[in-house]
Formats: sequence, C-alpha cells, structure tokens
Amino acid sequence: MTIEKRSSAFAYAPAPESRSIVDIAPSYGLFIDGEFVEAADGKVFKTVSPSTEEVLAEIAQAGEADVDRAVKAARKAFEKWSALPGSERAKYLFRIARIIQERSRELAVLETLDNGKPIKETRDADLPLVAAHFFYYAGWADKLDHAGFGSNPRPLGVAGQVIPWNFPLLMLAWKIAPALATGNTVVLKPAETTPLSALFFADICRQAGLPKGVVNILPGYGDAGAAVVAHPDVNKVAFTGSTAVGKEIARTVAGTRKKVTLELGGKGANIVFDDAPIDQAVEGIVNGIFFNQGQVCCAGSRLLVQESVQDELLDSLKRRLSTLRLGDPLDKNTDIGAINSEEQLTRITSLVEQGEAEGAERWSPACEIPESGYWFAPTLFTNVTQAHRIARDEIFGPVLSVLTFRTPDEAVAKANNTPYGLSAGIWTEKGSRILAVANKLRAGVIWSNTFNKFDPTSPFGGYKESGFGREGGRHGLEAYLDV
Amino acid sequence: MSEKTEKTERFDRLSVFKTYKLYVGGKFPRSESGRVYEVTDSKGNWLANVPLSSRKDARDAVVAARKAFGGWSGATAYNRGQILYRIAEMLEGRREQYVREVADAEGLSKSKAGAVVDAAIDRWVWYAGWTDKIAQVVGGGNPVAGPFFNLSSPEPTGVVAVLAPQDSSFLGLVSVVAPVIATGNTAIVIASEKSPLPALSLGEVLATSDLPGGVVNVLSGRTAEIAPPLAAHQDVNAIDLAGADDVLAKELEIAAADNLKRVLRPQPVDDWTTTPGLDRMTAFLETKTVWHPTGSLGASGSSY
Repeated sequence: MTIEKRSSAFAYAPAPESRSIVDIAPSYGLFIDGEFVEAADGKVFKTVSPSTEEVLAEIAQAGEADVDRAVKAARKAFEKWSALPGSERAKYLFRIARIIQERSRELAVLETLDNGKPIKETRDADLPLVAAHFFYYAGWADKLDHAGFGSNPRPLGVAGQVIPWNFPLLMLAWKIAPALATGNTVVLKPAETTPLSALFFADICRQAGLPKGVVNILPGYGDAGAAVVAHPDVNKVAFTGSTAVGKEIARTVAGTRKKVTLELGGKGANIVFDDAPIDQAVEGIVNGIFFNQGQVCCAGSRLLVQESVQDELLDSLKRRLSTLRLGDPLDKNTDIGAINSEEQLTRITSLVEQGEAEGAERWSPACEIPESGYWFAPTLFTNVTQAHRIARDEIFGPVLSVLTFRTPDEAVAKANNTPYGLSAGIWTEKGSRILAVANKLRAGVIWSNTFNKFDPTSPFGGYKESGFGREGGRHGLEAYLDV
Repeated sequence: MSEKTEKTERFDRLSVFKTYKLYVGGKFPRSESGRVYEVTDSKGNWLANVPLSSRKDARDAVVAARKAFGGWSGATAYNRGQILYRIAEMLEGRREQYVREVADAEGLSKSKAGAVVDAAIDRWVWYAGWTDKIAQVVGGGNPVAGPFFNLSSPEPTGVVAVLAPQDSSFLGLVSVVAPVIATGNTAIVIASEKSPLPALSLGEVLATSDLPGGVVNVLSGRTAEIAPPLAAHQDVNAIDLAGADDVLAKELEIAAADNLKRVLRPQPVDDWTTTPGLDRMTAFLETKTVWHPTGSLGASGSSY
C-alpha cells in the first residue's frame, strides 16, 4: 500500500563503487616482528564478505605460541622505540596518517567488503576518522611533558590490544595511535570476522618504515585475545567489545600490575522532548540506531519520547525509515548494509523474537532482503516497557525500542535505568534543559541535538558497566602512560 | 556531723570511657550483629571494645552512601570545599584527643603523633582547595573538527568502598578518604583493623562539620570479612584497596569485576606525609563529554 508506493518512489539505479581498487591476496599470515608468518600450529581460517558470503581470503589463525612470539618481538622493539625522541616517533605517525589518506579509497572498499557496512560510511566516516586519529596523536608524541601527567611521563611497555569487528580499522587507530605516540609497542588482535584492514595496516607500517616489532598484528579468535590479555609480559591491556568479555578481562588482570582500559557495551537513550525540532530529531534517531546497522556500542538504541509528541514523531520516523535503502554495501546509495556475521544475525533475530514474545509491537518498513548474505531490516518496537529484554540488553543491531515519558525527571530516571552508561542523546530547543539533563545523565558521551559524532580530540568512554578509561583526546594518553 | 563525713577520703576521679561506635548515615549505631572486639594499644593494653561490623552493616552503609550521593555530588564545588575546610577546623579544635589516640594506636611519642595529626589536618585543607579546581585541571574544551562546542568534565564515580591503610590509622585514613569525597563521591570506609579508634572518632568530627550524613560511613571490624561483600556489591561503583594485602586485594579485584568497579590497587606508600598528587582523585572520576551544535551565522556575517 502507501509504504510500498513510497519506497518505489525512491528506487535508485545501482551505483556500485568499483572493487578493483583493492587487491586482496588469497591468503595472509600473522604480522610478527615486521614479517608475515604462518601460525605456529599452521591453523588458518576464512574471512567472508557478509553481504555475499563470498570467501575473501584465508588467514593464519594466531594461537598461544604466536602470541608469545609477538609479545617477545614487541618487548624487544620497545627498548629502541621508547628511547626515540618523541619528535621522531611523531614523524612515523604522521607518515602513517598520510599513507592512510593516500590509500583511503582502497581501505574503504576493503572495509566494506570484509565488514558489510555501506561504502558511504567507510568512505565518509571510518577512513577520515582513522587518518585524523593518527594525525592527532602524532602531534602529541613530542609534547607529552605538557599533557598534564608530570614532567617526564614514561610509556608502560608492551600494549596488548583486542578490537571488535564493528569499526575494524577505526578501532585499530584508536588503540595503536596513542600507544605508539607515548612510546609503547603493540600486539593487536583484530576480530575474527574482520581481519583484513588490520593486515593492510601492517603493509602501511612497512611503507612508513616503522621499525619491526613495534606493531604486531595477530588475527584470531577469542582464545588468542585471551592469551594476549593473560600474557605475563604485557603491561597494558586495551579492549573494545562486549561487557561479558570485559568482565572476564578484569578478572584475568586482577592481582597484576597491568593497566587496563575497557570500552564495552551500551544501551544509549535518545531523549526527545516535546519542543524538539521533529525533523532533525528523526534524522538523529535514524543515525543513532541505524548507522552501521546499529552495530555500534554507543548506539541510541532506546528512544525516549515525550508522550505528547509520540504520535507525530513515530509517524515521521516510520515515513523516514521507509526511505532507507538496504542492500549492496558497495553501492554508494546504500544506507543499510549487511550484518557482520551469521552469529550476530542469530543474536539479533533471537532478541527481536523475545521482544515480540514479551508483548512489544514490532514494525519494519517494506524492505527487500537480498538472497545471500546476512541481513536484518530496520526494526522499531513500540509498547516497550523498561522490563522488556529489548529495553535492557544490548542488541547490537538495527533495532530501536521506543519508550515514553512525561516529565524530564522521568526521562532521566529511565535513561539511567541500565547497568550501562556509554552514550545518550537529548533533543530539545531549550538550552537550560539540555544542560540540566546532560548533567544528570550517567553516561560518558552525550550528544545534544545531534548523535554519533566522533573526533580524535574528544574523549570517548563509559560510566558503570560500559567500561573504564577514555580513548581520544588528551585523556586518551593516560591509558598508555605510567602516571 | 561525724568526723567521718567531714573528712572525705581523697581519690582520683574515675574517667568516663567513650563507647566507640560506627558512623553510618550520619548516625552512630552499634554493629547490628551486637559483636565487638578488643582494641589494644601498641603495647597490648586494652583501649576499647569496638564494633565488629557484619556484612549487614556493610550493606546498610552502602544504602546510606547511595542515598547521600545525589545531594553531595550535586552540591557546588565551593560548598564541598567549605565543608572539607570545616572538617579541618573541627579537627584542629580536638587536636589533643587525636594526638592521644594516634600515639596509643601507633606507639608514637606525643610529639611524633602531633606531627601526624597536624599533617592530617593540613591534608583536609589541601583537598578543600581542590574541590573547585580539579574540573579545570582535568576537564576542558575539545577542539573538534566540526561546528560543535565539545566539553569534557569530570564527574564523581559514585559510591566508593575504601579500605583504609592498616598501618597509618589516621593520616593514612584521611589521605584516602578526603580525595574520594572532595570530588563528590560518597564513601564507605573500613578502618584500620588493629587501630580503628582514630577512624571511629573522625566520625564525630564529620558529624559536626556540616558534612551531610551518609557521605562518609565508617566501619570497624575484620577487613577480610567486611570488604568482600562491598567488593561484590552491585551498588558500589569503585573500591580503593589501600588496606588490603596482596592475597585479599586479588580476591577483591576479581569480585569487583562483576559490575566493573573502578579498582585502585594497593600502592606502596613509604611516607604518608608527602604531598599527594591528583591520582587518588582521578581514580574515582568519570569523564563526561557533551557535544552541542554551535550552528552558524553564515559566512557573509560581520567579522566584528
């Protein structure tokens, strides 16, 4: 009916970005001590494109012996790397930033292929932020004694870093740039579903002439990540991922001297007051939960809307959702790409089914789902209560739970009613209300009249069970310094 | 009028002992368990029977600390500074009492104990001055590449369990409690197990310094008994392990992972009198970053 008419009015001709710009080898090794090597036990795994299920490459799978080897290489490299003048370390990082800019289109296509997110996002969000992050921390390398951490802050040593699949290269940048700027060396484990951009980054390190052993990349599964965290010669652990794994890491490092930062899950509230500009708020809500298919730790996955504008807002929101284009991530018009893995799709599906079973009302726009690959239509739940699982658990998918409130106090109470505390959004024209509500929200990043904005100068990280420590900005240096 | 009554016998006045009690929610309860334990001076002479707190006392203290958090964290930094300074004033007036208690507890001479108490009083003054400065030192604007005003500010983590140092019963205690509450957190403090009297007496000063009840709650008893329920408590946001040995510290850090408490591990402290850095404050601060669109008046606008 009307919804289908609307979507057909938005039919677009295909506009795919060419994948010829990226040359993916049939197989890749682990990157240890400046060399690509096979895993000690010879194990490999395949990485697939989630939009087509096509195998992209075969990857060496790191195990405990490889972790040990990489940590030894990083330890050996640490002595010289940490002794370099900061200005020299800075120049390596500036080189890396520049090479990323030069190879930006190639990396964007690669990331879209391996992750499934739209090229629009990798091209316009991920890659510019990756380069900016290296550029920002490059500048800190020779200015650390002015950063407010004492007159001669020292690096910690070997940093063990474990990153997720939702922003593979960006999370790598968030981890590696501050670690190198402060004089640490790195052993990084990318996620098993998205190892490719980290391996391409290894090639960028080679082009930049980075001394061997300073950066080591170990693709692998959770066991490799656990081995990195537990290795006795790792001085610093940085993890981005689920809260459950974060807690396990916190237990693992108990009783050691390892410094830890954890960026974990979230269940961000996006609060819309009755005086908010509805059209802008709708754009913000869509960006908040459908950016990267909602696979974002700081996603605005709970919409809290003031009762008096609920109907108007939901009408606009549904109309807007009907215009979203789901499909080929390489198509420049695509808004919603593929879910990263079959496993994640199963999780989203199961939570959504629970939402329905618990009595919430499910709605999705008419939306054609491609035959192969992992896909989930943008989904909205109304009649959601705070007790519903879809209002409490992080779904990590394109699923929005809508709750309502009457007073600002109620909005704040509901927003804070979660063990998480990563992000929140506030939509209102009233400046004093923004400040009052922002002040009361227990979350590390708050966007007023905007959402999902990121910048290398801006510290990011959570309250409560969303983890601890900050990444980005001057604050992000502390995690890598002995202060 | 007999001779006997006229010529009263001379004797020393019998002193009035103090019943040492807990300090929870602004009140001075006994342990709900009814238990006490004997505290002696450094030579083994009996000093007092003090409450042997139970798990239930610990949980009650968490409730009091949570209840106090909204008001204390929402108070102006200036107000918190005034109250911390008031604590120093009240301590100064009762200096002699603390000198005696510290001398007894730690086996120090009167003059050495006096120096310790002076340092503890000065520490309150030092932190009183920090309340309205820490945000400027550790927070600030971030020059993001876009039309946004972006500000990072420190905020208190919440309810903090503090295991006071075992050796330094008063200066050590003040050195770990003051930084926690200066920034707006509320605290549950486990006093030095062997020497809890100065900590329990501190409650009397806190109660008369305009510090809202529940901001600091003082428990005495076995550290290894009271600390685990606090480390595992889902409504405690952070824990300072200063008073834990290595074995207990590891056990508590594991328990604290259940709700990802911020953990300050035990640090070796040779000399509590040295001026602290910011670490004990920043360990229990969160950074909140708020983005505001700045809009634009358009490129054609006036330049002045």
